Amino acid sequence: MDILRFTTAGHVDDGKSTLIGRLLYDSKAIHQDQYQSIERASLGQGDGAVNLALVTDGLRAEREQGITIDVAYRYFSTSRRKFIIADTPGHIQYTRNMVTGASTAELAIILIDARNGVLQQSRRHGFIASLLQIPHVLVAINKMDLVDYSEEAYRNIVGDYREFVERLDIDDVVFIPISALKGDNVVEPSKRMDWYRGPTILHHLETVKVGAGRNVVDFRFPVQYVIRPGQRFRGYAGRVASGSIAPGEDIVALPSGKESRIRSIVCMEQDVQRARAGDSVVITVEDNIDIGRGDMIVRRRNKPLVTRSIDADICWMSEEPMNTNRRWILQHTTRNVQAAVGNVIYRMNIDTLHRETADALGLNDIGRIEFELADPLFVDAYRVNRETGSFILIDPDANNTVAAGMIRGAAQHVPPVGRTPAMERLVSPGVVWDELFIAREARERRQGHQAAVLWMTGLSGSGKSTIARALEKRLFEQGVRTMSIDGDYVRHGLCGDLSFSEADRAENIRRVGETARLCFEQGNITICALVSPRRRDRAYPRHVIPEGRFFEVHVDCDLETCKRRDPKGLYKKALDNEIRDFTGISAPYEPPEYPELRLQTDALSVQECVDRVVAMLAAQGIIPSTA
Amino acid sequence: MRNLHLERLESEAIYIMRETAAQFERPCLMFSGGKDSLVMVRLARKAFWPAPIPFPLLHVDTGHNFPETIALRDRLTREIGARLIVRTVQDSIDQGRVKEEEGPNASRNLLQITTLLDALGELKTDAALGGARRDEEKARAKERFFSHRDRFGQWDPKNQRPELWHIFNGRKRPGEHFRIFPLSNWTELDVWEYILMQDIEIPSIYFAHEREIVERDGVLLAKCDYVSLANGEAWTRETVRFRTVGDMTCTGAIRSPAATLEEIIEEVASARVTERGARADDLRSEAAMEDRKRQGYF
Repeated sequence: MDILRFTTAGHVDDGKSTLIGRLLYDSKAIHQDQYQSIERASLGQGDGAVNLALVTDGLRAEREQGITIDVAYRYFSTSRRKFIIADTPGHIQYTRNMVTGASTAELAIILIDARNGVLQQSRRHGFIASLLQIPHVLVAINKMDLVDYSEEAYRNIVGDYREFVERLDIDDVVFIPISALKGDNVVEPSKRMDWYRGPTILHHLETVKVGAGRNVVDFRFPVQYVIRPGQRFRGYAGRVASGSIAPGEDIVALPSGKESRIRSIVCMEQDVQRARAGDSVVITVEDNIDIGRGDMIVRRRNKPLVTRSIDADICWMSEEPMNTNRRWILQHTTRNVQAAVGNVIYRMNIDTLHRETADALGLNDIGRIEFELADPLFVDAYRVNRETGSFILIDPDANNTVAAGMIRGAAQHVPPVGRTPAMERLVSPGVVWDELFIAREARERRQGHQAAVLWMTGLSGSGKSTIARALEKRLFEQGVRTMSIDGDYVRHGLCGDLSFSEADRAENIRRVGETARLCFEQGNITICALVSPRRRDRAYPRHVIPEGRFFEVHVDCDLETCKRRDPKGLYKKALDNEIRDFTGISAPYEPPEYPELRLQTDALSVQECVDRVVAMLAAQGIIPSTA
Repeated sequence: MRNLHLERLESEAIYIMRETAAQFERPCLMFSGGKDSLVMVRLARKAFWPAPIPFPLLHVDTGHNFPETIALRDRLTREIGARLIVRTVQDSIDQGRVKEEEGPNASRNLLQITTLLDALGELKTDAALGGARRDEEKARAKERFFSHRDRFGQWDPKNQRPELWHIFNGRKRPGEHFRIFPLSNWTELDVWEYILMQDIEIPSIYFAHEREIVERDGVLLAKCDYVSLANGEAWTRETVRFRTVGDMTCTGAIRSPAATLEEIIEEVASARVTERGARADDLRSEAAMEDRKRQGYF
């Protein structure tokens, strides 16, 4: 006998609770006293019939309101299988509940009312099932008794939903016409729908393949707990997240990278010969290497991605909207790291499946976000490994779980949707891009150095322009071809039409980024010095310049020092409210999470700063190291 | 024969126990001597083998226990070298923390909440492992594996953390604690099958035996010093067994000839009454369990 975990999704009126009640009742999982208790409660509702839906209605508050508000778990078994149902309410505001229920499910039952056909919420449930990578979906078209068991009504809904599901990432979808109330095709085949020859709900649940979502290839063993009863034994306790391992096989521990070999797999009764996905075991290794909770044991030739940034789909579960300036605790397998939002790429409108511009996510929102991490994680894409591709975010102050995350991979600095429309670069109508007459590579060969873009960002008065000028002079003297774009220069002329609003600042950066690109493509080391306070704005130039050629330099200086320097008298004006939206005073500055270089100008001299930039360019092979 | 679903449940429970030991400073295992807590002890031994169980067992003793339960408790803890801590409702009464109920239906079931919370506070327990299962009662169906309790030990069904995949968030503020239920996904039948598979010793009162009982409001109560007869009642001798081993004043027996584990499993598999159905305290009101849980009951 094995276990199938499944989840049920449907609107209150779709008959979800009745279906579960029917499954439990017909499979004899409702005991006599439970039945009496719902009989008593049904009397209170005064509609005469025993209300099977009451079986699943747990808490008193819900019973009073007549709705379920949280995930409830039910159990029943037949001679073939044990079943665990995660019963989740289908209201729009309870996306988080369905995500929770779906996270451990191998099958989802999506209920559709035959009278209403495919509604938005049916699509939403399909989308979540796809997002959470539930291997099997069963679409139960319910209340067939109310459409006279019409085959045509059934076929129409199947056609509509199939068309929708094809746009999603679901391998296995089965449709079954039922009446939960009358019991048609739930446990017993219906006598009133002889046109339907497929399985009943229960038959499908009993025979669908379990374990289809489990990764049996990639061995991943997150260490939970170190077992050390004395000096002579040291074992690593954990549950095999995926794959399998046997004594004698070579392993490597992450993050240390130390290699060893499995000595034994210990269990109380007797040692085991192979530990497989889902097994809780204790592993001992041949060598005395340092491994602790949060480390991961993997095979030498099959390692997960080790990364300090991730790109993930997020379901926000907290009443309080996401604050993108905060740090979160990210819990992944047995490992906790600090995480900060690097980039909100989009929010998914789960009714239209359109990607929308977003600054942050609110309760029940689903979106795609890049995070920067304080320490590395060992991850796989959620699509290939649910165990090592999933995580939660925890609010470090309130301690509650605020989000569920599904990893796509390392962050790629994907441009946010809608924020900088020119990420799909703006092109005037009717123009054609020809390759440059002299290719950049040819110029680079001739001049003996590579082209690059240096992007100096920092508060006003931090020293960007001063360093940029000194740097350009040094490079010029060494025979390097340079170009310089200063924030104040572009505000005269090129960007003179722009204000300091959020949108205009973004446009300013876009124009400078494009200008820098033109200079770059003609072989220049192009030095841009702009406050450029927003991370997502700075993502634009990074996006249009090839990887390895864009250098973000954080000219870092504390605000007080900048105020004291105040070379242009701007801070004084800002503090006197003569200038609005002044970065550092009345507008935010978002420091780069991982700049290529950080220069602390309150500690370094101008020459030292220039030395560091030159050293970085040499080390990266942009300029010859003797230059 | 491999029993795949029991192996999965066992593996899950062991995983939860290890998470508890790793995430908390002072966990304890709630031990009643009943079959569920005996299964919990077996799982805890397996989870940390070959090391001993890294946390103590805590027994809240109502003083109205079946003597068979206490004898087994003491023998078991001696055998496996576990640390046992016993706190008694009698002490709470003597200290004036609670007042004994009176009348023929007097029970110490409610009083033990105070003793439990006092003990958890005294031991500075930040995680109490319990053997409760979601299938036992409606109010438990939404219970978490890691169930957060506020400073007063109270459970707020609206303020529980979502539990996703197998990632458990045990972070808390000082003074708060967690109740942790590794057997959440088990059913009564799973517990019995596991006891059989693992050959776990359980108190003899689970098996059919002859005993003097009185039937009250549909519940069969055992003859003991703590149950007194009301008007018109009389002791009768019958073949019964118990499905739970709580307080003798409210734990009902069932008429049953099941004298072996196999017979019990057969009986449970075809049972028409849930095991809590034999507990008088749950019949007091429809939402009885939910009320007790809010106050800190297990």
